[in-house]
Amino acid sequence: MSERSQSRLDTVLGVVLAFGMVAALYMAFIEAPREKTMGDLQRIFYFHVPIAIAGMTSFAVNFAASLMVLIRKNRWWDHLALAAAEIGVVFFVIVLVTGSIWAKPEWLVWWTWSPRLTASLILCLLYAAYLLIRNYIEDPERRALVCAVFGIIAFLDAPLVWFSIRWWRDIHPSPMLETGGLSPSMRPAFYVCLAVFQVFLVYMLRRRFFLESMRDELETFERQIG
Amino acid sequence: MDKMHYLFAAFLAIWIILSIYLFSLHSREKKIRKEIERLKSSRQSAVGNRQ
Repeated sequence: MSERSQSRLDTVLGVVLAFGMVAALYMAFIEAPREKTMGDLQRIFYFHVPIAIAGMTSFAVNFAASLMVLIRKNRWWDHLALAAAEIGVVFFVIVLVTGSIWAKPEWLVWWTWSPRLTASLILCLLYAAYLLIRNYIEDPERRALVCAVFGIIAFLDAPLVWFSIRWWRDIHPSPMLETGGLSPSMRPAFYVCLAVFQVFLVYMLRRRFFLESMRDELETFERQIG
Repeated sequence: MDKMHYLFAAFLAIWIILSIYLFSLHSREKKIRKEIERLKSSRQSAVGNRQ
């Protein structure tokens, strides 16, 4: 794809995203009904959960790309793995912060070491470590291989995050979509927010991937000159 | 603190974190683009001097 059509696609994605965000805010704050027990505070859910799902998707992309690095030994996959890990960390930081803000009035504490919260924090820290490791390995080929292995191992925590509230007793709310806890009138708002954050994930992945490709081009250029 | 304040704080946190990240992406992109341009022009001038 040429650079021109790439930037056109980015513009289209940006416009879709801008309208999508407005629609998501409208659905979450105006269209969705007020929840009976939590009141308006429950509206955090419309962003907290879709961002968490986008974060998990991002880590899954990192896992798949890391596997491809080991199979194909191609830098393209390494760039994708890095982009996915970084965006996953950003999304999970938001998830931990918004979850904590929601927890204070509901559980009366900012944080508790429940299985879901602990596993989420560990997952976020593992990928933060993944990003740090990249800075300490000079050789790009070795860096790609070491980080691919680390990314695959880090992803082992993802099923724990996902299933923790199903496997163990947890203070964290149970999965509402599966247990039917989300009323049909709340579902449209949730699905709009979910779709918007998936588009946002694609948009950010493209931008971060492009940045890494440029950095790679710069490194190659510097090597040629030096 | 009223529950609405927590809701406001949560949404503020989302937009602040996302804005910081998007801004950092943009500034890193700009910096690399500038560096590539600088290297390209210095290489062109070096080739010109040799000729």
